[in-house]
This record gives sequence, structure tokens and C-alpha cells, in this order.
Amino acid sequence: MSAPSPSPVKTGPAPAARPPSRERGPGRARGLKRRYGHPAFFLFPLPALVLYVIFFAIPTVQAFQYAVTNWDGYSAEYDSVGLDNFRQLAGGDDLFSNAMTNSLKFMLVVVVFQTLFSLVLASMLTRNSRSSTLLRAVFFLPTILSSVSVAFVWKFIYDPNFGLANRALESVGLDALTSSYLGDDGKAIYFLALTQIWFHTGQMMVIFIAGLQQIPRELYEAAAIDGVSRWQRFRHVTWPMIAPATGIVIAYTTIQSFKAFDLVLGLGGNPPQGSLDILSTRIYTSFANSEFGYAAAESIVFMALIALVTVIQRRTVKLTQSGA
Amino acid sequence: MGSRIGRRALLGVYAALVLVPLLVMLAGSFKSTSDLFSNPFSLPEEWRFGNYSEVLGSADLSTAFTNSAVVSTCSVTLTLLLGSLAAYGVARIPGWPGWAIYGFLVLGMSVPAQANMIPQFVLFDVLGLTDSLTGLVLINIVTTLPVAVFILAGFMRTLPREIYEAAALDGVGPWRTYRSITLPLSLPSLAATAIFLLVIHWNELLYPLLFINDPEKRTLPLALLNFQGEFLTNYPLLFTGVVVASLPLVVGYIFLQRFFIAGMTAGSVKE
Repeated sequence: MSAPSPSPVKTGPAPAARPPSRERGPGRARGLKRRYGHPAFFLFPLPALVLYVIFFAIPTVQAFQYAVTNWDGYSAEYDSVGLDNFRQLAGGDDLFSNAMTNSLKFMLVVVVFQTLFSLVLASMLTRNSRSSTLLRAVFFLPTILSSVSVAFVWKFIYDPNFGLANRALESVGLDALTSSYLGDDGKAIYFLALTQIWFHTGQMMVIFIAGLQQIPRELYEAAAIDGVSRWQRFRHVTWPMIAPATGIVIAYTTIQSFKAFDLVLGLGGNPPQGSLDILSTRIYTSFANSEFGYAAAESIVFMALIALVTVIQRRTVKLTQSGA
Repeated sequence: MGSRIGRRALLGVYAALVLVPLLVMLAGSFKSTSDLFSNPFSLPEEWRFGNYSEVLGSADLSTAFTNSAVVSTCSVTLTLLLGSLAAYGVARIPGWPGWAIYGFLVLGMSVPAQANMIPQFVLFDVLGLTDSLTGLVLINIVTTLPVAVFILAGFMRTLPREIYEAAALDGVGPWRTYRSITLPLSLPSLAATAIFLLVIHWNELLYPLLFINDPEKRTLPLALLNFQGEFLTNYPLLFTGVVVASLPLVVGYIFLQRFFIAGMTAGSVKE
């Protein structure tokens, strides 16, 4: 659930400059208090901060420390191996490069199609009518299911012998299109992507609907008066207005697809077969195989990749916004 | 987007794509294996309610159900409590310190769970928090705090300053302002966040997988994953398990769908 928030970056230093109403204060407030408010306010985030630092922030930093060791998780002693883990990741680890390729393929397919589908559905359901409210609710429904549940349903759909997909194809005479789905090493990752898209398109659709509903109607009325075509209306009114929502959907979808761990475990078994292995499951498998140091190095690469993709996306969104 | 008929057809097809698998699963949970395999799309030949008594009777799943209920309730409540306190604090601390604390807490949203799970595992081991529901609650809290603070602080910052100035003039302290003013005014965003957190916590799989070995401490998603191992191709029983596991959220969703949708999208698009 990590829609990378634009706010902390943008809003950072801005409100600091304005000293709160010097004249109106009771006069007793001294410098510090005037500038930083009642000191008691600092007590409120404290419990959250303590837990967050101990159980989240410090472990995140420690991942970097483990990443340069050969620790197996159990031995009392272990050695620093410098950047060896990373060299191995970059060079000769077929399992890791396979997982990396799969993750990227999966992410690309999911981001492109999920964004497209959710935008198309949203644009059809923007107006509030009884039928569109009902359809929105139906399309959103899969989102609240657990990944394990979704995995079981799709395992049955993909079952090569009894599965729904092949049965449906056969019943309309398209026997030629039947497939072994997850059993087909070349295509398995795309069928995994299809399941992910089924799982989360409704959620992204709702974000688009919220964005579309904020477009003032006057803009469309003005466009109608100018007699622009439907495509021009989309290109020059709708698209620039929903650029922020698009940015959020793409960012959300990317991170969600990198984290598709549960779904892979449910569909691909534990540990997942190579054709479904993605970065998150690879790290987990290394960890389960007691390669703590190595798994930590993999997780650093994973974190870096997510950071990189997030930065690229922010840039792209800004470019499209200013260019539009 | 195309003609009216084309639009309807497209929406109809997508609705079918969403609903048919779910209905097949629901019907399948009342079938025998051979009935499910030979007539996947029809109603059960003979309604086998026995699937449900078998699943509910299995000690593993009913224990898991209770565990999930306890862990989710505690996780949601405590995350909301800590998150709203933190959000209130950062919304009221003027200047950069407020933003710095906020930024630090919210940064956690971009750290994938797999990145720090190894040190977390070691820490839990040292503290004896593995195989305990308390441990699961704790890890749920810290992993979802960032997003809770993000949503709640976003909302609390929109509350007008004048309210706080009036409260200060009346001599109301920070704590009472939080309890009697900010919390009641934030109810809509608290409710949305609660539902958002509930869906995450109820469905959480990674941490139970890492931290729980004891079958008595399993939560539903973990129990289901093990269930799959035991009943490899017994789809009717798997489906029954899925229906039982999903029922609380789905029933809640049907009655409260407006809030569910608000919850799952809270904080994503600025009002």
C-alpha cells in the first residue's frame, strides 16, 4: 500500500517561514514555544515513533549491514564479505536474474493493461446512476479478497484438465486456444499478470473515478461550444486533468506488482517454480534457505529498484503534466 | 467511448469476468469434486453442506479464524490509535519539525516488506515474539503506521486553524483538543482508514508465514495456504475454506461498500 506520496517532498520547507501570530499570543510564550508550538505536541507522535524506529527503521538500516556478510542466520560467527554478494547478484546468479526478468515483465504488463482497463472502465462509470454505482461495486469486489483466495480461484481457472478457461474455450469451439497456462514456462508470468489485473483493476478504477469526478463540468461545456471532437476533448481536457490520478495509479500499480508475493505463493507453490519466481519470492526463498546475508543483499537491490522506478515515474508524471 | 451498445457490452463482459469465477467458486463450495469438474458452471447437482461442516469442524481453520479476528481487531485498533496520535502531533507541530517527523514516518510506505524482514525476523527471535499473536499485532502496526499517518495527517491538516485557536483561548490543552475536537471531526477519515487497515490485516500473509510455526497460532491466509497443501486438488473444500475466510469482509462490503471504497482510496486523490 505504498502510493509514494508527493506531499512530503513538495510541502517540506514551505509552511516553516510564517511565525504564528506574534502579536495575538498571550505574550508569555517564549521563543521556542512560539516557533514550535506547545511542547506537548511532540509527545503525541512519540509512541508511534518508538515502535516504528525499533521494529521498522532500525531493521531497514540493518538490512544494509547484513548484506555485506555471509551470515546464515544461525551461526554465532560470520564474516564480512564486502560487496561479494552484490557481485554475485550482478554476475552469475541465474535464479536471481530470472526473478528480475520475471518481475520486470510482470510489472510492465500489469502497469500498462491495468492502467488502461481501469481508465476505460472509470470513464464509462463516472456519472452517478444506479447502474454505474452497482457496477463500480461489482468491479471493486475482488480487491477485498485475500491473495490466497484469489490464487485458489485462478488455480482452478487455469487447471489444464478441469479448468474453467479451457472448458470455456472448448465450449465455443476454440479448442486451438486451450493452453496449460501456468504450466507453460514461456507464458506463465503473463497469466500471473492476468490474475493480478483481475485482482486490482477495480481498485485503480475507483481512483480514476475520483479524479474524473473532480473535473469541472464547465470545461466540457466550453469544449462542446468550441465544437471539438471527442478525441480532442479527451486529449486537451480530460487527460491533463487526470494526470495526477494517473500518476498515483501507475505508482500504486508498480509497487503492488513488485509485491505480488502472496499471489505467486498461492499459484506457484512454496517455493514457486522458476517461471513464476519474482524478486519478492526469490528473497523469501533465499531467506528460507538460511542465506540471510545473501537475501539481505537481494533485498537491497529490490529496494533500490523500487526507489528508481518511483523516481522515474515522478519525473515522467511531472513532464506529462507540464507538457500537457 | 464508442456507442451506447458497445459501452454496455463492454461493461457486461467485464462484470461477467469478475463475477463468473466468484460464482463458480461459491457454487463449487457446495459440490462434490466430480460435480465441480463435470459441471463447473451449473448449480450443484446435490447441495453438499457437509463441505462447510468439514471445514468449520476442522480445528485448524476454526482456530485460524479466531486468531485472525483477534489479530485484525487489535492491529486495526492500535494502528488507528497510534496513527491518529502521531497524525495529530505532526499536524499541530508548526514548522519543519512537524514535517520532518511526518516525512520520516511516511517514508516507510516505500520500503517493501521483503527489504527489512530479515532483521525483523532476527529481532523477533531475540525478543521471543515468534509464534505469538502479539508479535503479529506488533508487526502489523509498524508496517501500516506509515499509511495510516499519511491518510490521517492529510485529513487533520485540512481542519481549520481557527478551531484550535478558539480551543486554546478557552484554555483547552493539547490532549483534550485531540480527544474532544480532532478525533470527533476526523471520524470519516478514521472510519475509512479503519476499513483500509482491516482489509490489509485480515489478508496479511507474509508475516504469519515468517513468524508462525505453531499451528495453534496460524491466521486464516496461512491456514488456507497449508490447507491447499493438504487437499491438493480438492477444489470444493478449498473453495469452502475461501468462502469462510472471505465471508466477514464480503458481507461487510455488501452493507458498507461506500465506506470500503472510500477506505481503499483514502489519501490517494486529494479532495
